[in-house]
Amino acid sequence: MRNSFARIWGQLTESMLFLPTAVLLIILIFDFFFIPGFFSNLRLQDGHLYGSLIDILVHGSPTMILAMGMTLVIATGGVDLSVGAVIAISSSVAAIMINPTIVGMNLTDPRLFINNPQYTWMPLWLVFVVPLIIATLCGLWNGMLVSYWRIQPMVATLVLMIAGRGIAQLITNAIQIIIFNDTFAFVGNGYILFPFALYVAVAVFIGAWLLTWRTSIGLFVQSVGINYRSSFYSGINERRVKLFAYSFCGFCAGIAGLIIASNIRTSDANQIGMYTELDAILSVVIGGTLLGAGGRFSLMGSAIGALVLQATLTSMLSFGVPASAITAVKAVVVVAVILLYAEQTQSFLRGIGKVSVRQEAAR
Amino acid sequence: MPDPDRDIVVMTGIDKSFPGVHALQNVNFSLARGEIHALVGENGAGKSTLVKVLTGADRADKGTIVIDGLTVSPRSPLHAQELGISTVYQEVNLCPNLTVAENLLIGRQPTHLGLAIDWKTVNARAREYLKQLDLDIDVTQPLGSYSVAIQQMAAIARALVISNAKALILDEPTSSLTALETAQLFSVMRKLKADGIAVVFITHFLEQVYEVSDRVTVLRNGSLVGTYQTAALPRLELIRLMLGRTIADLDDMTAHKIESSHNIAVDSLLEADDLGLSNSVEGFDLSLHAGEVVGIAGLLGSGRTEVANLLFGIDKPDSGTMTMDHTPVKNFSPAASIARGVALCPEDRKVEGIVADLSVRENIILAMQAGQGWFKRIGTREQYQIADRYIKLLSISTPSADQKVKNLSGGNQQKVILARWLAANPRLLILDEPTRGIDVGTKADIQKLVLSLAEEGKSCVFISSELDEVLRTSHRIIVMRDRAKVSEFSGEVDEKGIMQAIAGSAS
Repeated sequence: MRNSFARIWGQLTESMLFLPTAVLLIILIFDFFFIPGFFSNLRLQDGHLYGSLIDILVHGSPTMILAMGMTLVIATGGVDLSVGAVIAISSSVAAIMINPTIVGMNLTDPRLFINNPQYTWMPLWLVFVVPLIIATLCGLWNGMLVSYWRIQPMVATLVLMIAGRGIAQLITNAIQIIIFNDTFAFVGNGYILFPFALYVAVAVFIGAWLLTWRTSIGLFVQSVGINYRSSFYSGINERRVKLFAYSFCGFCAGIAGLIIASNIRTSDANQIGMYTELDAILSVVIGGTLLGAGGRFSLMGSAIGALVLQATLTSMLSFGVPASAITAVKAVVVVAVILLYAEQTQSFLRGIGKVSVRQEAAR
Repeated sequence: MPDPDRDIVVMTGIDKSFPGVHALQNVNFSLARGEIHALVGENGAGKSTLVKVLTGADRADKGTIVIDGLTVSPRSPLHAQELGISTVYQEVNLCPNLTVAENLLIGRQPTHLGLAIDWKTVNARAREYLKQLDLDIDVTQPLGSYSVAIQQMAAIARALVISNAKALILDEPTSSLTALETAQLFSVMRKLKADGIAVVFITHFLEQVYEVSDRVTVLRNGSLVGTYQTAALPRLELIRLMLGRTIADLDDMTAHKIESSHNIAVDSLLEADDLGLSNSVEGFDLSLHAGEVVGIAGLLGSGRTEVANLLFGIDKPDSGTMTMDHTPVKNFSPAASIARGVALCPEDRKVEGIVADLSVRENIILAMQAGQGWFKRIGTREQYQIADRYIKLLSISTPSADQKVKNLSGGNQQKVILARWLAANPRLLILDEPTRGIDVGTKADIQKLVLSLAEEGKSCVFISSELDEVLRTSHRIIVMRDRAKVSEFSGEVDEKGIMQAIAGSAS
């Protein structure tokens, strides 16, 4: 009996998903006891689900999407600091394609630049596709710098992190563009029982999983991250693998940008997606992929990591922590989580199983 | 016989094991005051382990170390320094952005009243120390502005100053020096010798052994071969000692080899014509045939690995041509080579071979998967089948195919890499030092495997530091020296001729 506990416990603690899941559960248990109505405010209204749990899922979606791309980049041994700026670019491009008037385009019909919820300058499908292509190209640029020019990932992506917002402001003429189009706004605000953004996040997760594990890309990404020389000797085109990872990361940032812009119905090149790169990196780290070293990665872990961050934020707000102090409290939580990942804690956790075996043997 | 008046260091019965490797077996070593003592042996012979044990970087499992008449066991390089043993490594570990004087006196600068550093005295003392080595340079310049040779001498001076060293270990000091700089270093070494300091000189260059050393100790496969007076040891004999060729080991594999030599294809699989790369290896001609094992012999640094890297497309040649199946090869890269059916089992297992954090299964299918591309994934069940087949075929000892390869012993890791290349099903398999650092039993397994692969009609290139291994497995032998192909032997084993070709002189 105890022996099987030890075995299952051993397998559990070995799994990459153990710690992120445990942390998420701890936060939810805290919420259950200390925040009245955190679970019971879940309700169905007009065919839509509402409640704190749903808030976590919907607000965590953009970070979850970013974390998918970031996971692959970090697994190759790199990092992408530019995703926030890419969000700004993709949302600005989308906004300008819906409502270009504000930038001084000489459109004669005055109806066009007022709040017509049906109006869009370019066909809507282009409004979705073009920003994603541009975002992917941004990622491709990062990948070029890292893999072909051999620039350190942190420096290479810092370039776009700084330049990206400038580019976004050039696109929008540094003006906040309000988005009136209802169809576009549905992506970030709409509901089909669950918030629509959540479906997008789940689709990106499934897509990323299929793309990495139904092909050999996942294996190659890990192999390149662990030992790029061995990978090169084994015939893996290490540069192309990195190029792919960064491009995919840009693509994910593009999707996140569309969701965020749609959610707040505005594109503010200066502010949108600010610091999201740090949330994305943190999600991946909480998910168990090693920052800096790369190697083994878990998309599921990163997704749970993003939920941990969002659950912390939502819980703090519900708990009544003043908005101004939120970041400080978040930092404390993050430090506590990272401490859980320290080697000492890990061996302590594994030890729990072994102790029970020893007790069994002693009997 | 050890003599405390004569010997500054006496090491007796030193034994050291690492997981999977018996690095030193019952090695005796003594170092006399005022001698230059060369330490030679091929890679994996145990030179560096012996030095590490002496300098406290590793602890011996067994054996005693007597330094200056006292039985000690150095705990750390710092402790060894206090005992009077200093080491200067190939890469100088000083601070290139500080001045020469600062580097020499860092941490022990003379001061004015214990406050400000007395720079005048610092510089004067530094000049004085260097003058003892007959070196007259501007000590206020950054160390990095001087050549590697000068930096090395500064490191030697620091070792002498700091620890008042009685014995100095120079680990491959000449590998990045020009002839002139080497001569300069040798005059410093002779000066130290005249001052009664013992110098251990580790090198791969045999001419230098003869030029400067008084005695030479030869290690092979972690065992002591012997210590000899350099002047009394013919060069050919030294190479024989290093490579460990003895007539007695010719066993049944020879018969096996002769038998298998009948099915060597007449038509060539790969032809290299004056293939070369400047600063790497001079142009060489080579033709490889199906069913044949071609051995490449030569000392370390003779160009063996460079040949392998060209054939596999790690490096792109800048002269000559290569044809495979009579078609000129244009695309030089590992991926293109794998597509052509060429595989290379690289020399440095840790850096170029294993992917440590991946499982045995993933390591085995890696090259095969790379050959199939990104989108034709080998199914998980098939991956297990392939992995299990090679685990059985090569008797890789691992609890399961899911074990991370970093948890395996060196020999088993080597087998995993072999399995990776066998799984890719190449027509030409290049093995660069496939038996380095692994135990004798596994070595024999791998040698037999190479012959049976040839029998199956594969073409093999076998590179090894151990001549007997090359002789035993190869139908034809290429000898490399000084980064050029010097000769080719086929048919009857001409051991003496091969050794002479390796040594480069008939002395």
